[in-house]
Formats: sequence, C-alpha cells, structure tokens
Amino acid sequence: MNKPLNKMAVQATINGEPTAFLCSPGQVLAEVLRDELELIGTKIGCNTGDCGACSVLVNDRLVCACLVLAAEVEGQAVQTIEGVAEGGVLHPVQQKLLEHAGLQCGICTPGVVIAAKALIEHNPSPTEEQARYWLAGNLCRCTGYDKIIRAVLDAAQQMREDAAV
Amino acid sequence: MSIQEFVAPHSLSEAKSLLADGAMASVLAGGTDLLVGVRLGTRNPDRVVDLKKIPELTAISVDAEAVHIGAAASAFSILHDSDVPSFFPGFAEALDLIGSTQIQGRCSAGGNLCNASPAADSIPALIANGAQCLITGPAGDHQMRVEDFVLGPGKNALREGELLVALILPRPSSQTADAYLRLTPRTEMDIAVAGVSVSLTLDDKGTCTAARVSIGAVAPTALLVEAAGAALIGTQLEATAIEAAVAAAREAACPISDKRGTAEYRTHVVGVLVARAIVQARTRIVEASS
Repeated sequence: MNKPLNKMAVQATINGEPTAFLCSPGQVLAEVLRDELELIGTKIGCNTGDCGACSVLVNDRLVCACLVLAAEVEGQAVQTIEGVAEGGVLHPVQQKLLEHAGLQCGICTPGVVIAAKALIEHNPSPTEEQARYWLAGNLCRCTGYDKIIRAVLDAAQQMREDAAV
Repeated sequence: MSIQEFVAPHSLSEAKSLLADGAMASVLAGGTDLLVGVRLGTRNPDRVVDLKKIPELTAISVDAEAVHIGAAASAFSILHDSDVPSFFPGFAEALDLIGSTQIQGRCSAGGNLCNASPAADSIPALIANGAQCLITGPAGDHQMRVEDFVLGPGKNALREGELLVALILPRPSSQTADAYLRLTPRTEMDIAVAGVSVSLTLDDKGTCTAARVSIGAVAPTALLVEAAGAALIGTQLEATAIEAAVAAAREAACPISDKRGTAEYRTHVVGVLVARAIVQARTRIVEASS
C-alpha cells in the first residue's frame, strides 16, 4: 500500500530571492532545483557526489546538491548557476571559459563555474596546483581540464586587476 | 528515497528522544555517506535526524586542556574557520585528503569516524592524537577512546539510541606535533592504500618523551601500534629507533589484497609511511621551537 505523500514546506533564499517550495523528506536539493523550481542549469551527473555537476553554494559553502536534502536548506541561502551572471553580463569565470574554449558538451560547466567562482572568492590568487585541487571534484570528460584551468586562472587574474582599479 | 520523515532538532535532548522512540532513525551530519547509502539501498532509515542545528554538534572550541570538535562540524569549517589546523596539522592534512572540495563542505570528522571505514583518513590522526569520543544516550554521557570506538568495517560502538556529540583532543604542548601521510594511486579524490599518523613529543634535548603511531587501511580498523610508539620513546629518533617503529607497524598490519594493492605491498608501504611521518612530525617540532 502506498504511504500518503508527506510533503514539507521549505523557505529558503535562492539566488537572492526568498523562495518557498514543497519537497518530500527524502528529496535532494538537486532534484528540487530542477523539477520544482525549474532551475535546470544545475545538472545531475552521478547523483553520488563524485562528479560535481550539481555544485551549488549553500550559505556560501560549495557542496554537491545531490548530497543535500532539500529540507536541510530551510532558512539558508542557495546560489545556483542561474544567479552568477548579473543582468546579462557574464561573470569573469564564464567569460574566460568561453574565451579559452574551456567547455565542449557543457554538462560540467555550471558546476565548474560555481566551484571556480567559490575558489576565487576563497583565494583570489590561486596557483595552478591549488586550482586543480579545488576543482578535483568537478569531472569533465571533454576538455582534458587544461583549458578549464587556464580559464580559471585567467579569470582570477582579471578579477584581481578589476579589484585594483 | 524511502525517507518518510526529516527532523532538525535544536537541542541534544530533542535529538535523543527522536533516536530512542523505536523509529528506524539515522542521524544526518554531512550526509556524504548516509545519502549515498540511501541511494544505493544499503541504508533505509524512515526518519532522518539532521544534527546541524544543535549547537554542541557543530561547535569547535579550545580550552586550556583540550580541543573540542562538534561531531557534525564540516571538514571545511574545521580546516578554514577554526584553529584546529594550527594545533593538529596532521589531523588537518587527513581531513583535507577526504573527497573533493564539495565533499569537504559537508563531511564531518564525526561522520568519518562513525562510518568506520578501514581506510578512513581522519581516524588514524584522531588515534595518534589521543582523541576521545563524547557520547550521549539514554543512559547519559560517557567518553571512549577513538581506538575503542571502531569495532570493524562499518561497525562502531554506539548502542541503540546513542549519539556521538564531539571529539575531544588533548591540547598539544609546543613540543608536540603530529603528521598524517597516506599513499593513493592518484593525488586526490582517492582512497588510502595505507595511511599513517604519528604524534611525537620531544624534550628540549630532542629526546622523544611520548609517541603514538596509528596505521590505517591495513587492518579491519585503524590500529594504535603501541609497540611502535614504545620503540621511539626515550630515543633521539635515530635510524635504529625509526627502524624498530617501522618493524612494529609492519608486524601489526594485517591487510587484505584488493584492487588498491596486495597485502605484501600494503605492509611494505605502511612501514615507509611510518618512517616518513616520524621525520615530518619531528621536523614540525624543531621548526616550531627554532
């Protein structure tokens, strides 16, 4: 016999907007973002926290949205790829990924952008090694990573220059 | 997922009653083991009790005697928002080797311990540093040494309704330092072939007055190798003393052979890591006092 649906009402701030949604107790954030809130920029790859395609920030902490229960974000701030570009202007990480051709199929790209932006906010001058370790949880099967890393380091440099002006 | 109920209590007493009323309950800290287990069907809780709203479970504090780490505090917050790395650089290195940045944003030292993987990186570092588990439950609070807490792969000493609240690490003197080294085929996002943690105390003449050596991924649980520590105490950590500690660690190891390495390879490597970790911990003490 089916158990009755047991929906929970959750309130959170998503990309700066106060947002309310319903979820079941076992539903993960990645699924709610995509299926309930239509924020489909967050991709689901492995669904076990290995690939990083579903990377989001919860209270400024980089996490995999497939390993967060949606009910856990009650009262918290979630940032997804949809909140990265400001008014149609790409974030430097996005712009540099385009310039360096740091993407091909694009499935990993939203997670890479969120993770790289978090890296530069945590450490404005990452070395190549630091960038590679920070992004080790963002798997890409197309680029071979080199162009992604070049784009991220270039974006960090541009953001330092912009901040100095 | 089959989870029927999600609760996020704000106090330990609330959490204890949620764990003791007979429901099939699992506690949730970072969820990096639990939620993967639920998806794989190896964990089937009806109720999930999120611990992160309980202040004692996420607090990190330092007093004159000890460093207290809430069992649900994330690795990222231990590494970046606390003084823990300055007291225990080896323990910090162990946490920093767990998973990706995303996983470290969620996973907790308490969870790594309760999950009781033979290859857990943080457990040898806790054992080497003499950490205690603070446990609460229906019968009240008690403490237990980390080396007694893990009973076997995936098995810990928590009884029905009990909860790991915090890890308590004795505050090290300025003449004490730890180190953690592991071998993995890749440099990150991998699981230990062997792991070693060492904590040493030297007097002002360089004589070792206390030593604890713990080895991981080479037995069903991480082991405290008392004979390896004993081989170092009273020595100047000269080559013969280090060799004796290495031999004791290899003697204590009883690894399995699997895709990460044969038993012979693991036994050899654990000794190599013991020697290097001793040198690294000593270097830390010497550099801190110079």
